[in-house]
Amino acid sequence: MFKKNVSAEPQKPVAPQKAADVAKPVETKKEVKPVADKITVGYTHLSGCTGCTVALADNYAGLLTLLDRYVDLKYMPTLADARHIQKVDVSFVEGSVCINDKLAVEEIKETREKSAVVVALGGCACYGNITRFSRGGQQNQPAQEAYLPIGDLIKVDVYIPGCAPSPQLIRNVAVAAYLLLKGSPEQKALATAYLKPLMMAADKGTSACFCDLMTNVINQGLCMGCGSCASACPVRAITHEYGKPQGERDLCIKCGACYNQCPRSWFSFDVVENYEAINETIMAALQ
Amino acid sequence: MGAELGNYKSCVSARSTDKEILKHAQDGGIVSQLFGFALDEGIIDGAIVAANKEFAAKYPSKVMADNSNFDMIEPWRPIPAIVNTRAELIAAAGTKYNVSPNVSMIKEATRSFGLDKVGIVGTPCQMQAIRKIQLYPVGARDVGASIALAVGIFCMENFPYQSILQLVEDHAAMKMESVKKMEIGKGKFWVYGKRGQVVQLPLKVTHKYEQPGCKVCLDYVANLADISTGSVGSPDGWSTVMVRSKIGDSVWAKAMAAGCFETQPIEKVKPGLELVTKLANEKISKNKKNLEERATFGVGKALRNPYI
Repeated sequence: MFKKNVSAEPQKPVAPQKAADVAKPVETKKEVKPVADKITVGYTHLSGCTGCTVALADNYAGLLTLLDRYVDLKYMPTLADARHIQKVDVSFVEGSVCINDKLAVEEIKETREKSAVVVALGGCACYGNITRFSRGGQQNQPAQEAYLPIGDLIKVDVYIPGCAPSPQLIRNVAVAAYLLLKGSPEQKALATAYLKPLMMAADKGTSACFCDLMTNVINQGLCMGCGSCASACPVRAITHEYGKPQGERDLCIKCGACYNQCPRSWFSFDVVENYEAINETIMAALQ
Repeated sequence: MGAELGNYKSCVSARSTDKEILKHAQDGGIVSQLFGFALDEGIIDGAIVAANKEFAAKYPSKVMADNSNFDMIEPWRPIPAIVNTRAELIAAAGTKYNVSPNVSMIKEATRSFGLDKVGIVGTPCQMQAIRKIQLYPVGARDVGASIALAVGIFCMENFPYQSILQLVEDHAAMKMESVKKMEIGKGKFWVYGKRGQVVQLPLKVTHKYEQPGCKVCLDYVANLADISTGSVGSPDGWSTVMVRSKIGDSVWAKAMAAGCFETQPIEKVKPGLELVTKLANEKISKNKKNLEERATFGVGKALRNPYI
């Protein structure tokens, strides 16, 4: 049934014509203002729900500006024609790896081999997220039951946690990656400082839970009850009891948003004290 | 040394010109007046504040719908709430001296409360939290740009609710529900009763009740707020105000032009910035020492340092 729909003839003449109409002005624009110094970016899609893709697209005009000036999107399912992994500067990876699926394992390895920088995008790629709860048995691949965050198979350079990660964090990391690779020495320093905590998060490990707030913040005598964790939780598993987080652990999907949003998990004065200048730089880059 | 007060564009001693606000305010009514003005002018369309049980009973739709049974909430326990009117602002005015997780509402304010321009008041650590949310919005889609005015309050330390309970009921021997106002000033913790009784506790007594998380805090005057304010440095009934960011500068200038505040130059008032600087230094050097001690806390084992 599915195949039949895809190759349904009557639709064909309409769709390519429309696509050509849209593509033409975009192509001429490209020739008018060529940008030599773009970074090359790829997007590998493994076991994820496409929510991260949607979050990326939700930058709307910002995404178009990124593609126009800074980023040459070499391959990406959904948003680009080319889907197969190529040699790029930065790869974003959405989803965890099903180790029972040969293709997925090959793809993550190939992504690592062909990318200078690998960014784990979203909770599943970083920490396994909801795929941590898989025990297989689902149609139409019941034997696919074992899912690992990509950091368990390859070295990951940068984490963008969150389920889904916010469009603004994806944007900030993309601009920082561009400045790191193509910017002036000052811009490189700024981008390095900005990305450092996300690189440290990638070094730290591949598991996340509400419990991180207990073990790494409250148990360490660091919680001051700001409320960031409750606000960050995508499933509203966190409330506050007398100013301290209380997690409904059965609701926790292990995305790592609460811990990474906590100002007492990691905090860089060098970066955050310059919040006005950094926000202005990013907004100016996207004007 | 030198950086203890953070970056600021201007600093004055100020108080609200609104008599009604002054009647309910902790000191100079700066936060209430600023938010009131910002609401009137459409600079913000709502603000996150620390309200209380009475507020929640009066405005149940303005507090977060969580598992709390509001009948069970104790007097003086703060409840983060959204205010949209001056009446609500006044109902929530005053310092509570225990932890109010105001940042927990920052996303919800832009969701079920439907705000596009959010005001928030908070402690220095909460200002750090919202700037981290703006720069690294891990779980805060479309929230950062909605934060239209962040007002920070000077903060030496905060207390868990149960600490305040113990200080008021055990040390000051007063019932929580009979307390009219609490205050830290002139080196003492003051508890004012509704019948007019006043009890003062030396801060030496309060130290052991402080929240542990405050012992690593390196910010006294909310360096990352748009505007920060606190009683320290200004005469009774006045507040010291530091205008820090471009947003803060613009809002403060508009509020001044509208006659919202009466001001005095900070250089002219006693005790002035000298005391603010002294206390900021005390807090920061004490807590830097705490951070160093954490590095060698165990035998060859360190406690975690959150700062990188």
